[in-house]
Order: sequence, then structure tokens, then C-alpha cells
Amino acid sequence: MTAPLLEMKNIVIEGLSGESWLPIIKGLDLTLHKGEVLGLIGESGAGKSTFGLASMAYTRQGCRIASGSIRFDGKELFGAPDSELRELRGARIAYVAQSAAASFNPAHRLIRQYAEAPVQHGIMSYAEAEEKAVATYQQLLLPDPENIGYRFPHQVSGGQLQRAMVAMAMSCQPDIIIFDEPTTALDVTTQIEVLAAIKDITRRFNTAAIYITHDLAVVAQLADRIMVLRYGELVEENDAREMLANPRETYTRDLLAVRSFKKGKSDAALKEDVILEINGVTASYTGTENVLEDIDLEIRKGRTVALVGESGSGKSTLARVITGLLPPVQGEVVFKGEALPPALKSRKRKDLQRLQMIYQMPDTALNPRQKIRKVIGRPLAFYFNYSRQQQEKRILELLDQIELPADYIDRYPTELSGGEKQRICIARALAAEPDLIICDEVTSALDQLVAEEILKLLLNLQRKLQVSYLFITHDLATVKAISDEIVVMLNGRIVEKGPKQEILKPPHHEYTDLLLSSVPEMDPDWLDGLLEARAEQENGEKPMMEPAA
Amino acid sequence: MTATFKLLRSSPFSARLGMAMVLITLLAAIFAPVVAPYGETEVAGDVWLPASADHWVGTDNLGRDLFSRLVYGARNTIAIAFLITALSFIVGTMWGFLAATVGGWMDQLLSRIVDILMAFPTLIFALMVLSVVGTSIPALVVVIALLDSTRVYRLSRAVAMDIEVMEFVEAARLRGEGLWWLMRHEILPNAMPPLVAEFGLRFCFVFLFIAALSFLGLGIQPPTADWGSMVRENSGAITFGIFTPLWPAGAIAFLTVGVNLVVDWFLHIASGLED
Repeated sequence: MTAPLLEMKNIVIEGLSGESWLPIIKGLDLTLHKGEVLGLIGESGAGKSTFGLASMAYTRQGCRIASGSIRFDGKELFGAPDSELRELRGARIAYVAQSAAASFNPAHRLIRQYAEAPVQHGIMSYAEAEEKAVATYQQLLLPDPENIGYRFPHQVSGGQLQRAMVAMAMSCQPDIIIFDEPTTALDVTTQIEVLAAIKDITRRFNTAAIYITHDLAVVAQLADRIMVLRYGELVEENDAREMLANPRETYTRDLLAVRSFKKGKSDAALKEDVILEINGVTASYTGTENVLEDIDLEIRKGRTVALVGESGSGKSTLARVITGLLPPVQGEVVFKGEALPPALKSRKRKDLQRLQMIYQMPDTALNPRQKIRKVIGRPLAFYFNYSRQQQEKRILELLDQIELPADYIDRYPTELSGGEKQRICIARALAAEPDLIICDEVTSALDQLVAEEILKLLLNLQRKLQVSYLFITHDLATVKAISDEIVVMLNGRIVEKGPKQEILKPPHHEYTDLLLSSVPEMDPDWLDGLLEARAEQENGEKPMMEPAA
Repeated sequence: MTATFKLLRSSPFSARLGMAMVLITLLAAIFAPVVAPYGETEVAGDVWLPASADHWVGTDNLGRDLFSRLVYGARNTIAIAFLITALSFIVGTMWGFLAATVGGWMDQLLSRIVDILMAFPTLIFALMVLSVVGTSIPALVVVIALLDSTRVYRLSRAVAMDIEVMEFVEAARLRGEGLWWLMRHEILPNAMPPLVAEFGLRFCFVFLFIAALSFLGLGIQPPTADWGSMVRENSGAITFGIFTPLWPAGAIAFLTVGVNLVVDWFLHIASGLED
């Protein structure tokens, strides 16, 4: 075997916390051979990104590589002068960031940003770079490769932008590309395109890659070898197939098991009275273009309706209509047999109390300047006029229900982890004693294991309190886990709805089928198999993967 | 109470220095009659005497003891400047938050009114109003506070608009909270850092503005001492190589630096909570 392309030994990375440096990465090793794809997986805070970036001897602000050795192609990078590192970065080791939308400069055309690195490094002229860009766009199956580069970042879709970013990383034909969660922000259907593009291009150019993600099923499609990290330490490292088949450590097994939990049967036997009815709702932001068209929907007591669709399909808009933030153009929202006033302003306190909402980002859904006491106590005082003591007592009960310690009552949200914050959001909603809680992508900002805990908690609470959920999500694994009924939306319309068992059983509507088949499975051959199957099925026709840009 | 004490104990040197500087000025202002060796308007010697044992920092353009006038000036300057700044912040943030929270026509109306007020050069506008209503300290306070509040309005509106789109504000709206709650409990605490920083700056600009008005005869009326007018009154001395006007100018700088050191620390604590 030839010498490895990249060899990192005993890397210690420290982060500045207040006045002192605390270790984030505690002595990790990594070897990467030419053409090999290494998956780095772990929860947020495990140090995967920090470690991945260290392979080009780079750290984010507030971090430093304290010790270790980074040998790339025979050269030692740790302690190398900046000028030398600059030559390497972008040219021989490239980086693809998680959010392409945030990483592109919105003021420049894509192709100019593509050309920046090769021209800067003196590898080719601008004209050559333009030519090569078109070729790369073609390889990545971007539509209209001759012209797409002359668009601005906001003029292409999220999946296209992410592929343009992969193209950018390829511009200098690097030896290593670091992919930092490149598909986490994308819909399942779009994720497939990007994964396929990455797989194809790394194979074609025999590029080595470090693929950072928290999703084991995604990394299973790409990686030859997988490293599982936790708290800055290695949990397990193994050949990808081997690890999926025989995980050695409990933690890895937990990660693998995440997608397998299901809602119990007992919930299906609950009473069938309808709590919320949506009749013929059409809504629009501009007055000319309808974002929602003719939506009919029913939610029953103690049941969960999952609203599924990609971003832009109108799921969140429907939530805004139900809560009254966006009065519909047509149609009505009926709550327990009474039509709700369309606008929030004209709704009564009683209407508002029965309908609560939990948001996607617990960070922004909690006021950072309010202690938990105030966050949960306010709805109690507001809706039920509880006295201080009554509030205190009820807050402690609620904290107990959401499985958080009682002393959290005096904490600020910033002193909690993401999952804990989401629990507080749940407690805030429960404090109002609602009949229906709208959950808008409540788990998509969380790590898988944490998300699973949150889903379990929601299910438990439903069983105890008979509250209904409208569960908005694009994650079909979540849907399978917790829903009773499924509603599939596309372009502002409902394309299919019904009980979970019926929707998940074929035959499907073609869009439902596309969504379902796009959920990555823990099978290293899944992506290849799927792409082949789709290619055969479409028979040369362009697959319907691209929603209008 | 103990929390405040703890916070003070943990304050860095720069903040303590700032607090000391502000405290010295405040004490001098409060105990002016005790501290000052001469009266505020008492002519105590020759014009523009250099510093000596009798006159610690010399005398001014009319032969009054400069140190005594500095001490008395601190009273007027700080009290008036503080009053003006506080008033302008109360008015400015209220309207600014209201514009951001209600939006739509309310925002349009308030913003256009502010645009009109800002279209006049502030000094000209102040001159115009003060010459109509006559110069008095209440008139001065109201006019400058109103003019300053337009800037505060702009800032607080912009800051509040950023906060207003956050989901916790939406959550409060969905709960059915009224405007006052949204402004007072959801937006204000999160808007504090930039507002506090602006407060420190505005406070200092107000001295200078008063000084400019005083020079034109519409500010604080002589013989009442204030630092800004003291610089103006004595500015002629500079051409003779006498540095009398530097003393009141130094006093302004002293307080400005002190206030801003404290403000910087506030900002640091405030932003630390967000991380």
C-alpha cells in the first residue's frame, strides 16, 4: 500500500471558553488514502467540523490546534507558514460548506466565484476557468450548463446551488475535498441529486474526501470508511459496510437504531371527534399568486396529522393560515365546530389558548432575555390568571412532564442545549392547555438521538393529555414514527391524504412515491440502486426531481 | 442586590476606571458649594490668570475662578445632558418600537414625520424654535430631546425590526399579547446593547450641541456655568497661547471617556449573555 495522502496524528484542538482553553478534540488520528471517502459522523458538538477543517490546518476563530501532526502528501502542515497553507487551501484541499446559500457571495455570478480559486492560485486564466466550469456543471448534471454559471446565487434552487458549490470545490482538481454536511439543509428529493453528484465526481477524478454529517444513512451511501466521534473522541472506526452490519459500540448502535422506532398501535383506537377542520382554504401573500389552493383537512382529537412536502410546498403557509397570521383569501378554519375569525386580531383569547405552536428553531423561539420561569409562567398568567404561587407550582409540574430538572426554572434559554430548549418550547405550549399543537419541523434542527427523544416525549404527552398534533415536516422517517394520518403537499395543493398505513403502502401518488423512495436507507448500495431504478423507469425522460427554480 | 455587587466585583479595570471617573464628576456636581473655593459667578481676580495656589486652574475671560466654574458647570451640564438624553431615548424608542411592531401605515406615518424633522439641519431647527418660544432650560431640554429622538427613533426602529421577525415575538403574538407587552418584554430587553451604546454617545453629543447653542446665545444663559459654553467663552485665549479653554474641554473629554468605558462594559456583559 502506498503512503497515505493525509495523515493526522494525535490532534488536539482547543477552544477558547471565557479565559481558558478547553480541549475540543482530544488526540484524534486520521488517515486518508487517495480516492478514499471517509465519513465523519457524530452529534453536533462532537467536533466533526472542527476536526475536518483541521485537515487543512485551519481552525475557526476561537479555536487553535494545540498539538499533533498533519502530514499532507509528505509535507507537515502543523506550524507551516500561512503563505504555504494558502497555496494549498482551495487548490489541493477544498471545502464545501453546509449552507451554500450562506456561503456564496450574493453579489457575484456563480462562474466568477468558480473561477476565483484557480485564477488566484495561477492554475488557469479566467477564460480557461469559464470553460472548465461549464464542463464541471455538465458533469454535475446541472440544467443548462452553458448559462447557469452566469446566474446569481439567488437565481438557482438550493440543490443546484449546493452542486455549484461542489463544482467550485472541484475547480482546482483538489486531492481532498472536505464536505461539511452538504445536504443537511436540503429536502430529501434534492439531497439525492447532490449525493449522486458528489459520488460521481469523487469517483471520476479519484478524489479523496472527508464527508462530515450527522446522518448515518447519508454517509453510508458515500463513504468507504466511517469514523464515529463523540465529545471530541473516537468512538469507533471501521470499514463502512462492516460498521453498518456489525456496529461494535453501543453509541453507534443507537445511531443506527434511530430510524426504526414507530408509534404504538394503541393510539389508533382513540376517539374520532374532529377538532380542526380546514375547508377549501386558498391563501396568497401577494394577492395575485396563490400559495395554497383549495386545501381541505381534518384533525381529530388525540391524533397526529403529518403534513409532508418539500420546502416551498406551502406547509408552513398552511400553519400561518390556521394560526391567523395569514388570513386566507377563501375558505375557513373551523375549530371544534366554530368557524375561527380569519385574522389573528379578531380572535378571542380562548381561541388562541386552544391552539399552540412549536417552532423549528428553539434558539429563536425563546426570548434569550427571559428566564424559564417567565417563558412558561406567562401563558399561565395570561390565559388563566394564575397567581405567583400557582404559576410556580404549575411550572414545576410542567418541567417534570418534559423531563427537565426543577432548578431549570431559574435558567436563561442560552444556558440550555438545543434539545432542552425544544422541551421548554413544548412546555410553553402545554402551559396553555391546548387542544391542538402545530409542530413546525420541530426536530429538523436537532441531532438524531435528541430528535428521537423529543418525538417520544411528544407521543407520551399525547397519550396522557389527548392533545392533537399537526406535524409539519419534510422528514419521512419522522412521519413514519409518529403520525396517524399523512397529508402530502406539492406546490400548494394536497396531492394525497389518508391514514398512515394506506399512504405508506403502494400504490402511491407519483410524488409521494418520489418522496418515499428518496429517504436514505442504511444500505451502502441504496443510492446506486435507486438511481439505476429511476433511470430505467424514466426511460430517458428527465426525472421529475427539479422543482421549478 | 448581591447580584449587582457580584457583577461589580467581576468588572474589569477599564470599567472600574470609568465608574470612578463618572463618580468623581457626579460627586463634584452634587457637592459643588462645598468643593468650589469661589462662587459660580464671583469675579475673583484678573482675566486668564495662570494656575496658582489661589486659582487651581487659573481664571476665565472675566476673571472668575475656573475651577469653581468647572465644578458648578458639572451640575448644569450633567443634569441637563442626562435629562435630554433620557427624554430623547424614551420618546425615540417608544415610537421606534411602535413603528416596527405595528408596521404598515403606522411605520410609514412615523417614519415620514421623522424624515421631515431630520431634513432640517438640527442647529437651524433648534434656533428657530428657541427664538420663537424663548430660551429657558425646559424649552432647551424639550427641543434638543425632540431633535435627538429622531436619531434614536431610526436606530431603535431598525433594531426592533430585526427582533420583531424572531419566532419568540411571533409566539407572543399568537398568545394574544398586546403591543405594550411585545415592546416592553419581548423587544426591549433584546434591543438593550445597541441602545445603551448609543446612549453613551448621544450623551456626549448633547454637551457639544448645548455648547453650540450657548455660543449663539440660545443655550444656557450666562452667567450660568456649563462646560460647553466655557470652552466657547474662553476659546479666544488659545490665540494668546493661554490654555484656559482646554480645562473645560478636558472635563468634557474626561466625562465622555468615563461614560463610554462604563458603556463598553455594559455591552460586553450584554453580548456575553447572547453567546
